[in-house]
Amino acid sequence: MEHQEAQPVLLDVRDLQVEFRTRDGVAKAVNGVSYSVGEGETLAVLGESGSGKSVTAQAIMGILDSPPGHITGGRVFFRGEDLLTMPAETRRRVRGAKLAMVFQDALSSLNPVLSVGAQLSEMFEVHEGMTRKDSRAKAVQLMDRVRIPAARERVGDYPHQFSGGMRQRIMIAMAIALEPDLIIADEPTTALDVTVQAQVMDLLAELQREYNMGLILITHDLGVVADVADKIAVMYAGRIVETAPVHDLYAAPAHPYTRGLLDSIPRLDRKGQQLYAIKGLPPNLMAIPPGCPFNPRCPRAQDICRTDRPPLFAVAPGRTSACHFWKDTLDES
Amino acid sequence: MRADGEVILEVRDLVKHYPLTQGILFKRQVGAVQAVSGISFDLRRGETLGIVGESGCGKSTVAKMLVNLERPTSGQIRYKGEDITKLSGRALKAVRRNIQMVFQDPYTSLNPRMTVGDIIGEPFEIHPEVAPKGSRRQKVRDLLDVVGLNPEYINRYPHQFSGGQRQRIGIARGLALRPEVIVADEPVSALDVSVQAQVVNLLERLQDEFDLSYVFIAHDLSVVRHISDRVAVMYLGRLAEVGTDAQIYEHPTHPYTQALLSAVPVPDPRARTRRERILLAGDVPSPAHPPSGCRFRTRCWKAQVKCAEVVPPLEVPDWFREGGGGSTHESACHFAEERDVLPPTEADPG
Amino acid sequence: MPESLEPQDAITPAGGGAMSLATSEAETLEKGPPPSGGVPTGRPRSLWSDAWQDLRRNPVFVVSALIIVFLVLIAIWPEMIASGNPLQCDLAKAQDGSAPGHPFGYDAQGCDVYTRTVHGARASITVGICATAGATLLGSVLGGLAGFFGGWWDALLSRLADIFFGIPIILGGLVFLSVVTSGSVWPVVGFIVLLGWPQISRIARGAVVTARQNDYVQAARALGAGNGRMLLRHIAPNAVAPVIVVATIALGTYIALEATLSFIGVGLKPPTVSWGIDISNASVQIRNAPHMLLWPAGALSITVLAFIMLGDAVRDALDPKLR
Repeated sequence: MEHQEAQPVLLDVRDLQVEFRTRDGVAKAVNGVSYSVGEGETLAVLGESGSGKSVTAQAIMGILDSPPGHITGGRVFFRGEDLLTMPAETRRRVRGAKLAMVFQDALSSLNPVLSVGAQLSEMFEVHEGMTRKDSRAKAVQLMDRVRIPAARERVGDYPHQFSGGMRQRIMIAMAIALEPDLIIADEPTTALDVTVQAQVMDLLAELQREYNMGLILITHDLGVVADVADKIAVMYAGRIVETAPVHDLYAAPAHPYTRGLLDSIPRLDRKGQQLYAIKGLPPNLMAIPPGCPFNPRCPRAQDICRTDRPPLFAVAPGRTSACHFWKDTLDES
Repeated sequence: MRADGEVILEVRDLVKHYPLTQGILFKRQVGAVQAVSGISFDLRRGETLGIVGESGCGKSTVAKMLVNLERPTSGQIRYKGEDITKLSGRALKAVRRNIQMVFQDPYTSLNPRMTVGDIIGEPFEIHPEVAPKGSRRQKVRDLLDVVGLNPEYINRYPHQFSGGQRQRIGIARGLALRPEVIVADEPVSALDVSVQAQVVNLLERLQDEFDLSYVFIAHDLSVVRHISDRVAVMYLGRLAEVGTDAQIYEHPTHPYTQALLSAVPVPDPRARTRRERILLAGDVPSPAHPPSGCRFRTRCWKAQVKCAEVVPPLEVPDWFREGGGGSTHESACHFAEERDVLPPTEADPG
Repeated sequence: MPESLEPQDAITPAGGGAMSLATSEAETLEKGPPPSGGVPTGRPRSLWSDAWQDLRRNPVFVVSALIIVFLVLIAIWPEMIASGNPLQCDLAKAQDGSAPGHPFGYDAQGCDVYTRTVHGARASITVGICATAGATLLGSVLGGLAGFFGGWWDALLSRLADIFFGIPIILGGLVFLSVVTSGSVWPVVGFIVLLGWPQISRIARGAVVTARQNDYVQAARALGAGNGRMLLRHIAPNAVAPVIVVATIALGTYIALEATLSFIGVGLKPPTVSWGIDISNASVQIRNAPHMLLWPAGALSITVLAFIMLGDAVRDALDPKLR
């Protein structure tokens, strides 16, 4: 999938900022994140817990818990319109029909007291004003589409009667029901076993191709990213530290954090020596270090890193890195 | 590889069934969840045996039986030749000193009402003969130091630490009695990637330092390959395949192992086009009603009538044995056959 | 899990909505920074001292605690603020309104309402505290053991608790207390303990079952810890919070229950001074002398409210889901 610039931009996030105001202080969860996704494109947002990758998605979807979460700056353009400033009613309609989300935990995202058929057909009744009968038929069709065996018989079953993988398929069915332009999938396969994970990722990729949807895949799994993404945004402490086309990033990362992550994962396909471990811990979001937020853990840190916050430097077309020493990092790879 | 040490743990035909009961006051058994259905393996001194499998395969139940938190329904666990499954009282307590556990969840495995010093010092209170009272505090500080934590943290509470640090505290507690065997049940799966590497490295360092044997249980095949000398693959309560890490990962013979390996995403985008995926159909059957014969047959593309009728024994396949070399590579499949499923490693070794 | 999952007797606090909101906050932040950025700073704080820090800053707690301290003080030394004798009455002044030195007026017997109201605190507080202590002790020991050991003991105890739950309180009170006719506080305390322990035992059982499943209990067992150590060191400290919360709230309701029983004439009886008795006497005269009802009823309401508010505040501070 080598469509880089040709695709029209679907979602354009610019300088998004989110903070959580708690009784212990203000946690700056997202500190100026910008990224964009085109039609049919897969953007992987990679980061560890606390990097702000999920909070960014929640802010885009308008499902941020507020309070304590507050969007304090930035814009989110969806097909040129700013989601953050549009009236609530318009936004809700866009969210249902054009933007959809798949969560990690399908069991808690589905209503346990409604059959999956009822939950699927509700989408059509509410958004498209279909009759009960038509919507039921559509529900069965959708369940078939996400390859749930014996869909016709199982349409009346309740969420707990399905296995984890099947539930995640139902979540995907709900997400694609109204043929959205963009799906945001937040760790969609993390809770699943590897064999099931492969099935679900394949399904998601196939549906994406079929409907030419944009996909934002939020994950911490470098393996999953390598498998499906077109381009990657690596997040750390609420900031994007590197963006790159997938092949470039794995071949030669331009940020020491990305480098560290790649070196710290054990490999299935070869027996390595001792793992590289990034020293220290991710920063407290209530007290992010000055300068580069990664500087206390960075093997390359100099004085400038402790005082000057690095902007996103253009490394190559379609590539950026927020490291003062991106060139050295890149050369070393 | 350290597979030549003495055998310190022998597991034979281990079975664990949980009865399913009905009724409130007078319960009657209506079936059983066959969590573990007859598994056998050896653990040698200084060796790491990895046990991999998907959720519900029974690997955690095996872990609990190894440390005597669950009593097996039948079968034996012999520690230095002595069956420990029927021990109780003083004898059991003595054995517990030598086989310790590291838990998965660093958030629930530490008592939130105890200080770190009390948590790591508790083993000494339970086994006062290990350390005289006056020396315990110092021993706790030493343990904190060994696992890479500041000994000054001794008076802090668990909630003041991050996940990785908590896991270090759990490891320190496991080490306190100087056990010979540590059973680690998914010790790094709750941790972030960068922290995971720190803990894996710590476990490896401690193994060398204290001559520990590990039973390392995980669902992450990459981590298991990294840390293990030998690997056992479990499926629905039985072992599917056992061998050295190279045998299992580079020459898998059981269809389940092959499917499992082929499904793991590899952090290399070039592998996308260069590897074949074996996509399994359907889900794992319920352990309350496992399939007859080979348990994997319902999802296996090779399944024949024989697979439903005869339970395939875990043994070195004939063709393999004759070929020599692979005499330790056991596979529980009637139609075991080698198949390379990993993406080819770097064509250019540079 | 094969171990049969009993319906959890978890406490469902009244403010469920508010709680789920706060839970999602906690989860969002859980993904956020490790506490204190991973490097622990500041002095070590246990959950109890954290809870205390919270409580001190909670106005609901401060107000209700002050009221309760005051009530306890006048229950012990009513003479502090009411030097008169509550049993010394002057029929000539029956139902009179307030007079100098007698701000609440007189009741139907000509007794000073102010003195009686102040002295009535003793009965209410005694019944409340003793009944709560008894029910909590009995309930948490029985429930805790049932939760820890499970099996037939658990089944038996749970059914027994169900039976006591099924007894209508007023009917039970009429039957039980008309057999024991001493009119002092102890039969009332005994009756409330008898009907109150199942509620506590359910909470205690649920809390113990939850605590028992934690890995740290397994870890202690793997180290060779005995049942006593596991119960006292690991389970009890992690299971007391919900019991304390429920007990505090129950205290308020027990005080109201005592008044109810006294009102219908089976609880405390004269010469014991009690708000319930005074409310009962006053209710007949409500049209021509409402002040007789107003003061004891007001005192009762404030007392019950104070304990329930205290329970609410303690729950907010102790509930681990909010931590």
